[in-house]
Amino acid sequence: MSAQKDGWVFSFLFLLFCASSIPARGGERLLRELSPQEYFGSLQAGRASLAYFSHNVSPGAQPFLEQIENSAEALQDYGISVVKVNCPKEDVSRYCGKENALRKAYLFRGNMLIREFPTDALFNVNSIVANVLFALLFNEVKYVETLADLQNIENALKGKLNMVFAYVPATGTAEHRAVMEAAFVYGTVHQFVLTTEATLLKDAGSDEPDASSAQLLFCHCQWATDLGQPCRRTAMGQTLTMLNIHRHLKLMGAPLVTEVAEDPEKVSTVHLQLGLPLVFILSQKETYEADRTTAEFVAWQLLGKAGVALLSRDLVDLNILLRANVALKTPDEGVPIKYLVLEDTDEVITLVEDKNEVKQIQEDEEENEEDEDEKENNNQDIQDDQVAEAVSRDKKRELPLEQILALTEETFHSALLGTARTVVLFYASWEAVSLAVLQSYTEVADHLKGTGGVLLSRVNCWDWPGVCTKENVTQFPTIKIYEKGERSVIYNGMWGTEELTSFIVLSRVSCPLKLATIDEAEGYLRGEFPSELSSYHHTSLLGVFSTATGEAREAFEEAGNILSGHVTMGMYFEDDALALSRKYAVSPPALLLAKSGGQSVEGIALSKQSAQDMVQMIRYKLLDNFPEITVQNLPRYLQLRKPFLILFSDGGISQMESKEMLKVAKGRPQQAFVACWLNLKKTPVGRGVLKAYFATVPSPPVLIWVNLHAGGQVFKFPSEQSITETNILSWLEKLKAGLEVPSSTLSEEDWKPPLPAYDFLQMMETAVPELPLHTSHRPGDTPDQHPPQSPGGDTALREEPSQETKAEKVGSPGRDLRGTAPRLAAREKQGKRHSEL
Amino acid sequence: LGLALYASSLCAASGAAFLYHDYCVIGAGPSGLQVAYFLQQAGRDYIVFERSHAPGSFFALYPRHRKLISINKQYTGKSNSEFNLRHDWNSLLSHDRQLLFRHYSRDFFPNADAMVHYLEDFASLLKLRVQYNTAIVHVTLERDGQAWNGHYFLLTDQDRQNYKCSSLLVATGTWVPNVVNFPGSEYVEGYETVSINPEDFAGQTVLILGRGNSAFETAENILGVTNFIHMVSRSRVRLSWATHYVGDLRAINNGLLDTYQLKSLDGLLEGDLEDLAIIKDKKGKLHITLRFYLDNRNTSAGIDSITLPQDELDNFATRAPYDRVIRCLGWKFDFSIYNRSLRMMPGKGNKKKYPQIKPSYESRSTRGLFVLGTASHSVDFRKSAGGFIHGFRYTTRAVHRLLENRHHGVPWPSTVYPITQLTNSIIKRVNEASGLYQMFSVLADIILLRENATAFEYLEEYPVGVLAELEMQTGRKAPNGLFVIIMEYGRNFSGADKDVFYYNRAVGEAQHAWQSNFLHPVIYYYKRLPTEREMRLRPPDWPLPRPDAVHHIVEDFLTDWTAPNAHILPLRRFLENCLSTDLRNFFAESCFLFAFTRQKLPPFCRQGYARMQGLVGSEGLRHHAVEAGLLEDYTLIDFSGDRAPESREGSQDRLLRDHTIPVRPLQHLVNAKDE
Repeated sequence: MSAQKDGWVFSFLFLLFCASSIPARGGERLLRELSPQEYFGSLQAGRASLAYFSHNVSPGAQPFLEQIENSAEALQDYGISVVKVNCPKEDVSRYCGKENALRKAYLFRGNMLIREFPTDALFNVNSIVANVLFALLFNEVKYVETLADLQNIENALKGKLNMVFAYVPATGTAEHRAVMEAAFVYGTVHQFVLTTEATLLKDAGSDEPDASSAQLLFCHCQWATDLGQPCRRTAMGQTLTMLNIHRHLKLMGAPLVTEVAEDPEKVSTVHLQLGLPLVFILSQKETYEADRTTAEFVAWQLLGKAGVALLSRDLVDLNILLRANVALKTPDEGVPIKYLVLEDTDEVITLVEDKNEVKQIQEDEEENEEDEDEKENNNQDIQDDQVAEAVSRDKKRELPLEQILALTEETFHSALLGTARTVVLFYASWEAVSLAVLQSYTEVADHLKGTGGVLLSRVNCWDWPGVCTKENVTQFPTIKIYEKGERSVIYNGMWGTEELTSFIVLSRVSCPLKLATIDEAEGYLRGEFPSELSSYHHTSLLGVFSTATGEAREAFEEAGNILSGHVTMGMYFEDDALALSRKYAVSPPALLLAKSGGQSVEGIALSKQSAQDMVQMIRYKLLDNFPEITVQNLPRYLQLRKPFLILFSDGGISQMESKEMLKVAKGRPQQAFVACWLNLKKTPVGRGVLKAYFATVPSPPVLIWVNLHAGGQVFKFPSEQSITETNILSWLEKLKAGLEVPSSTLSEEDWKPPLPAYDFLQMMETAVPELPLHTSHRPGDTPDQHPPQSPGGDTALREEPSQETKAEKVGSPGRDLRGTAPRLAAREKQGKRHSEL
Repeated sequence: LGLALYASSLCAASGAAFLYHDYCVIGAGPSGLQVAYFLQQAGRDYIVFERSHAPGSFFALYPRHRKLISINKQYTGKSNSEFNLRHDWNSLLSHDRQLLFRHYSRDFFPNADAMVHYLEDFASLLKLRVQYNTAIVHVTLERDGQAWNGHYFLLTDQDRQNYKCSSLLVATGTWVPNVVNFPGSEYVEGYETVSINPEDFAGQTVLILGRGNSAFETAENILGVTNFIHMVSRSRVRLSWATHYVGDLRAINNGLLDTYQLKSLDGLLEGDLEDLAIIKDKKGKLHITLRFYLDNRNTSAGIDSITLPQDELDNFATRAPYDRVIRCLGWKFDFSIYNRSLRMMPGKGNKKKYPQIKPSYESRSTRGLFVLGTASHSVDFRKSAGGFIHGFRYTTRAVHRLLENRHHGVPWPSTVYPITQLTNSIIKRVNEASGLYQMFSVLADIILLRENATAFEYLEEYPVGVLAELEMQTGRKAPNGLFVIIMEYGRNFSGADKDVFYYNRAVGEAQHAWQSNFLHPVIYYYKRLPTEREMRLRPPDWPLPRPDAVHHIVEDFLTDWTAPNAHILPLRRFLENCLSTDLRNFFAESCFLFAFTRQKLPPFCRQGYARMQGLVGSEGLRHHAVEAGLLEDYTLIDFSGDRAPESREGSQDRLLRDHTIPVRPLQHLVNAKDE
């Protein structure tokens, strides 16, 4: 981007250089002083010069003379020399003689007088340059005062030349000068028209003419065919400076649509060089005419914002999707060309305009950030950890901890023995994540109020490190559930209220639960037994074994221990187990999996699996075919490390969609992806996901394919197609074949430090240069506890400070009680927080 | 095994009967008992020899005036037992909570008898193997290629009983009184024997030689009854509150400074004791003169012929005669029992009272001989607390850990944590660790990074002087860089003639933390272990060579380094930048978003959320995060894309307003009562 900018600034400078190459001579005084004879003798045909006649410098003319002198250089760029003519006292010739002639400056071309300027029209360099050029370019720049004049000129130009129409509130301004300077360069290419009448602007098509600011319109009269219609106009949105006008005219001068027959990566047009994007309309022989019209239409819409090129696919062998019809090349280096499938021209235009807008915003932000950097040393001292900040904002609120027993080194062991089940949260009172979990823990306590046999307690490891060490707590926070006098289980689920509550409740029942009768077993499969779990019940797992012993049963029991709290597992190994298993068409040892209250029971034969394998298998079996994905359950599906086919829906999904999706999900024997849906009402962060995928968030339902683990490409199911199994499957086929264009690609970036740290090493070196911090330590150095105070030298440096001056050296407001109030008051800026993650 | 041990301990190898032990400890003082405790816990074969009939025989005699100047703080307002050890200078380390000194004395400056009692209990309750009434009178070496260190130590006691050990731990302290010999030194009474009954000094004029705590303690005792006390010493007085060294003059003993400065007859003088001479006149009064005059005197002439300084300089300061002269010059290590082959050499300069040892506390010349306790103070003399119980209890533990690794293949204890716990583990230690705090700049916690910085290993209280030998000494590997956590005072803050009470002495802003003056944590980062050469060439007064990056946690008035913004946040940024990663915590919702929008997750999400341990967070907390602008509330986003609905703008306005409320706590109020 900046390279491009540099590029065109350079070309502009080159142009200026050409314009000024002849007269520029370094070191010479630009304002020459000559006698009248010398002056008139030196005038060359065709060379312009600005002369000022004086007897001797009268005091009043002094400022004017200064301005003339200052403008000499600028004028020299346009080949105009500036001369001060010293009239001899006795001279009474035309220019020297008359008193009032001395108050004027004269513009000559050769020895012909073009114009005489009263000195008050030449009040500064801008006005001098503007007025002098205005006079010299009399033919190139037409001055109009009435609408009729303007229309006459316009009509005369149609089919011949383009017109540059400029409005300036007054002549002699910087804008006027910019227009004149542009006219000097482009005067032969375009017809320049200047006005100071704001009314003309209104008729020129500007909706709300702002009479106070200058404007410039490019009127495309060259291509105008209809004499009755005014020429098309393209306003220049920026302020009138030489650079902006140059840029605008360059853009207007570029062909409307460039025809391209090479690899778009290699194409470069004036637009790209000027930092604007280039839109390719991908055309085919059959549709060439229509595409050409489309391209022209788009080009008119984007004139001044982006370039448009027409690319014939027949001529270029592009390894891209056949359906792609538009490509976007941005001026930023290294950004690959995006190929898109767009439906109408509006989309093309929004695409470009959004991009520009985003860029504009980014640039603004960057500028702001830079400003702030300078002001405040990078915001390093502002908290950008969402958890730490949230907890610290909440610190004044007292948590309702009445339900949770605080244990100490002394009470810990007795408390464990006192209740059947003790839940202990080990935390550190200074640690943010611990405190966040403590909050959820209070909510758990609320839910479980009145539940017998469970004691909720906590140990603050900052107060009682001995207990925490002894209980092998190395991380904060840790939750352990102790069973009276026996084993303890470490909670390894989500740190959320619901999950923790359910874990505590489920782990109250032994896992696996031994079922005594076949009725109990049946009830268990229906989710009716044991009763205390009925409200937390989702899926029941029942192991059926023919004998009371055996490897499979032992493995099953061990698996139960591992999964305790997360699932409900039962087992049945009475004599009639065979009957039970036969009912579900399996033979023991087997696992019966009952979802949604026993309506469907799946039987799985258990072979010689290890407990770990069994845990894996059970975890896998518990995953849904077409789950609603939530913040809480995503990790379970993430672990499959498969691509996601995910339907974003605003609210619930329709039965039809659900059915079709389920078909897709189940249809594949070896599921190669996770088919799921997301309820944006329930999981609003899904909107954040969509926002990241698309510049403009499509309206739901949106079906997305995202390959999280390989490549990170995101594809969107075409919204015009209905969500049916066939459509989805054929779309997936196309994805596989590489026939679709990804909407976006997930960033591969590593997580780097969000901000730099204080560089104390460098501070020490700057402040105390005599401290031999470098390892290249001279052997002669004597260890010295009191380094010599260096009284001389740069006092601005923080030299090894004497203790008296040390007070001032830091420069920060005092660090003791004195001045605390003003210091805190000065911390208003405190409010600032990082908004970026 | 017990039988085998029994057999080996009775080995009669080369004629003379030797009782064999793996470890022999000489001295059952605090450090001897401390190392005995660790050896016992580790199940090692050891014996402690004590010449007295009970442990802590030094404390049975000294200090003469029985007041210990090590603090015994009953209350700290905290229940953290590790933290409380920072303010308990008398307890030894053990698992038994009853063996804390506060159960033995309620005095802030306890009586020395309590220490004797405490040491007796420590030895007996923990069943430490101490052999009393055994004075080791000679130590020599027996070369043997099979031995741990290429030689055995042969010890002989007063009854000619011989003992043979693989490793010798010298915990004899410094107990030989420093004596200066000059003409007339026979008139000088020693601190060891001088009367402690103030009545004996009533109406007397006393000269005290020495300027340590024992000299001032002696003066303090008799200050009220003497005519006046003068005190002579070579060096200027060093006040421990100015030097931050507990061995310097403690405020509890400095009554004489008061009376001197208030011109109440007592006084301090500087002079070299070697140049002095004392002569006794006929009335028994003691006069100070210079050895110079005595050297020139006519030996046959009487006492009256000796020139006194006042004869030539009639306002000579100590022209008044004294009734008593007391020597309080401290103690030195007993070098006499070691055979020359052990080459136990005194240190240089002001460390000559200590034997020469390495920063690993091993003798410079004899492998396998470690010096513990007060005698090991040469490592940090006049710097840290290694010469005192509250310091050497930790260095003794460090030595034990070195031995465990060297002889028994037990690597230095360590804990492995995931990288997300990095900030936490440092904050936890700097806030409670007592060893780091007491043995500042000497013992350091070491964090060894695992590959790709996904995990790290935490080693506590390693002697920083042997950092270069870390891999060999600990049995742990450090191929991926390390952090060293240490506590330091400001480099030019402490000193004998420094004003430590100047205004703005405390630094409050985290960004100026490197200028902190009071004890504060410093974290050094090395991409690879420093070499021995680098350790040798480190800048003077630096505990460590130049690191790749360094972080100071700003000093804190309460020594509580848990402030989220002033302490934890800058530390996290430092760690993040050293490891080039993002160590922030995220709510599950953010991790969810990252999981769908980035190919990689930040460590907190990777090690938590992705393993189904995401931090869901309560509604209220998430709301706070949204208000802080650190979490986006997507429920407010309208679907039609770019059109931002009114509600959202409104909420942003509110956000901005909220932002102007200052939320920071007072972080650094400095106590300045004089203001």
